[in-house]
Amino acid sequence: MRDFSYHAPASLAEAHSLLAQYGDAARLMAGGTALTVMLKQSLVQADHLVSLQRIPGLRRIHLQSDGLHIGALARLRDVETSPLVKEHAPLLAEVYRQVATVRIRNQATVGGGIVHADPAQDPPPALLVLDARLRLVSRAGQREVPVREFFLDYYETALRPGEVLTEVIVPLQTKHARAIYLRYTPRTQDDYPTVSVAALARVERGVCREMRVALGAAAPTALRITAVEEALRGKRVSQAAVRRAAALVAEQVSPLEDFRGSADYKRDMAVVFTRRALEGVLGLG
Amino acid sequence: MTIEGARYPVSLVVNGKPHSLLTPARRTLVDLLRYDLGLTGTKEACGIGVCGACTVLLDGRIVASCITLAVQADGAAITTIEGIAQDGKLHPLQESFMKNGGFQCGICTSGQIVAAKALLDANPNPTREQVQEWMMGNLCRCTGYYHILDSIMKVVGKDSPSL
Ligand SMILES: Cc1cc2nc3c(=O)[nH]c(=O)nc-3n(C[C@H](O)[C@H](O)[C@H](O)COP(=O)(O)OP(=O)(O)OC[C@H]3O[C@@H](n4cnc5c(N)ncnc54)[C@H](O)[C@@H]3O)c2cc1C
Ligand code: FES
Ligand code: FES
Repeated sequence: MRDFSYHAPASLAEAHSLLAQYGDAARLMAGGTALTVMLKQSLVQADHLVSLQRIPGLRRIHLQSDGLHIGALARLRDVETSPLVKEHAPLLAEVYRQVATVRIRNQATVGGGIVHADPAQDPPPALLVLDARLRLVSRAGQREVPVREFFLDYYETALRPGEVLTEVIVPLQTKHARAIYLRYTPRTQDDYPTVSVAALARVERGVCREMRVALGAAAPTALRITAVEEALRGKRVSQAAVRRAAALVAEQVSPLEDFRGSADYKRDMAVVFTRRALEGVLGLG
Repeated sequence: MTIEGARYPVSLVVNGKPHSLLTPARRTLVDLLRYDLGLTGTKEACGIGVCGACTVLLDGRIVASCITLAVQADGAAITTIEGIAQDGKLHPLQESFMKNGGFQCGICTSGQIVAAKALLDANPNPTREQVQEWMMGNLCRCTGYYHILDSIMKVVGKDSPSL
């Protein structure tokens, strides 16, 4: 690994000054699980690492009127075990529990896992169906960006130079909504998924009132599949409707071929796992 | 530009003993333990967080020391395999791994035992499924896993041979 300077600011203001001072040569570090691997493999070069780990307050998980706020420095294990998350966003507790292994979840953070923007990561599809928002804070001010607008391309996000992701805001869902996350891991349970699907639905008297579907590992970014959502929203729930809707996924995804399978195989699996997720969330299982 | 040759102060308590040293930012925790402190019980195998050979406890949590920078561990309490035995007496997990064939080549063993200890510290009475789930990230190329699971389950007091 090439050498670099290390900074561990004690406040966000100090972190912002360091980012301003070093510009492109600086890189933020949270848990370091993704960054250290990329530095070791020379996939990333940085002259200055700016660690967020000493900045107080960024690990907090708390409830506010606009939703559940999860600090960017909360570790994946914090989310998985948080009683607040289990109560108000059970889908997230379930999803974060399935990321990698407990050793990684003890170290990796929520914010790092979002900004890393590997399309095969588990949390993004769930955050997408929950309509989560990200708070991005720079020296000049702050903005809230829907997760839906955050992932731009393979490992590329809407984060601007000088911005720090400070928290994820997860709107509370009505008690009647059901949500599910399926990850297809034919190799080992701790592998990245070959394809993954999150779905959230609300059914009233046999009619689908709300439907949100997002896929991971099926395109250069995690993405919402509106075609499937529109095919089901307002419709009577049936096995046939689910099959028709799931088939629409094939045209919406553009998986990358790798050692987990060819693009065609992944496209087929995207349809299969979308159908299963829809069945699960609509109570057809 | 990077300040070439810059060293950063790192203070940590390793197996109960305080250490303060100066280290380059790029030094990983596993390298600091092995090369600066001479604690070679912790092994590095994959170097990318996948295999668990380098597992140590950082403030009681298992982490991969191969993808943790030493500077990130500043101020932390670390437990390595060398700190598992107490007063010259092996930990029951260590005894059990020896008695029940829980290892062969031994490369993964420090990590297996440190990870298993962390589980038993948090939950002294896990089911076999809970042990499997927790130990999932500690790979072994030799034993086929059954002997590792059996070694842990014998310490828990639940004899449940796998085969
Ligand atoms: C062995 C292994 C297996 C894995 N398996 C899975 C898996 O199955 N599923 C899965 O979803 N993930 C998996 N991961 C990826 C893991 O989720 C990420 O490595 C982790 O979430 C990154 O978090 P971190 O805090 O360590 O980020 P870091 O490595 O510190 O940072 C990652 C990136 O985010 C930037 N960054 C970090 N925090 C912020 C912030 N607050 N604001 C702005 N930018 C920031 C950094 O500059 C860097 O570019 C695995 C990782 C490993 C090492
Ligand atoms: S050597 Fe660290 S996890 Fe493999
Ligand atoms: S004993 Fe050889 S790798 Fe586990």
